[in-house]
Amino acid sequence: MIGAIAIGLAAGVVAGLLGVGGGVLFVPGLVIFLGLGQHQAEATSLLAIVPVAIVGTYRQDRYGNVRRGDALLLGLLSLAGAAAGVALANALSGAFLRDAFAILIVTVAAQLVRGSLQDTGSPPLGE
Amino acid sequence: MQAVADSSLQRPIKLMVIGTLAGLFSGLFGVGGGSVIVPLLILWLGYDERFATATSLAAIVFIAAFAAATQGLYGNVKLLDAALVGVPAVGGVLIGTRLQQRLQTRTIALLFAAVLVASAVELILR
Repeated sequence: MIGAIAIGLAAGVVAGLLGVGGGVLFVPGLVIFLGLGQHQAEATSLLAIVPVAIVGTYRQDRYGNVRRGDALLLGLLSLAGAAAGVALANALSGAFLRDAFAILIVTVAAQLVRGSLQDTGSPPLGE
Repeated sequence: MQAVADSSLQRPIKLMVIGTLAGLFSGLFGVGGGSVIVPLLILWLGYDERFATATSLAAIVFIAAFAAATQGLYGNVKLLDAALVGVPAVGGVLIGTRLQQRLQTRTIALLFAAVLVASAVELILR
């Protein structure tokens, strides 16, 4: 339980600092420290992302940075893709999905390294 | 006339492609999809990074909520675990944003990258 809280806090701090975050830490944290299967970890991560994204959006919207029309369109137009992605994930084996996820986070790590070597700003990611 | 129709359609079509890709990515990997949305908003719609990140976050509220609900139908969502990581994460975001003004983020980015690589190794060895 303390492990879960620590992961959540760490993921949040990193998300606030770098604009990357939530899911790429939630999923491995849930697998490694709480023993969830890959499918359960991904599903649970998605739910945990919601409050983080709501708070982040509220804060950014106060600065006038959210283009509301585009955000709404993007959100609504993503629903079919999201349903397909979830269906695809559930059609794949946990072991395959876990290895694919490992490749994904190594790619994110590489982008972070490249971004931080190029300039002092945050890398062009955002979650 | 044709050009006007094209350009007025171009934007929603681009948003649809970005949304669909982000949704697929998010549903497949259990992440928000910001790493798909942000670069595409910058490249295709001429967003600057600040607006792209903020708009992406708002879209992620919809994407993650819908993908989580769909995963719920498969019985994969662990509500208690989601609360255990999600609630502290909200506090963490507020701390992280505040620290951002004072800290050199490069070191943290490199540290975070190292944590991700270690996690990947741990996942693959399972």
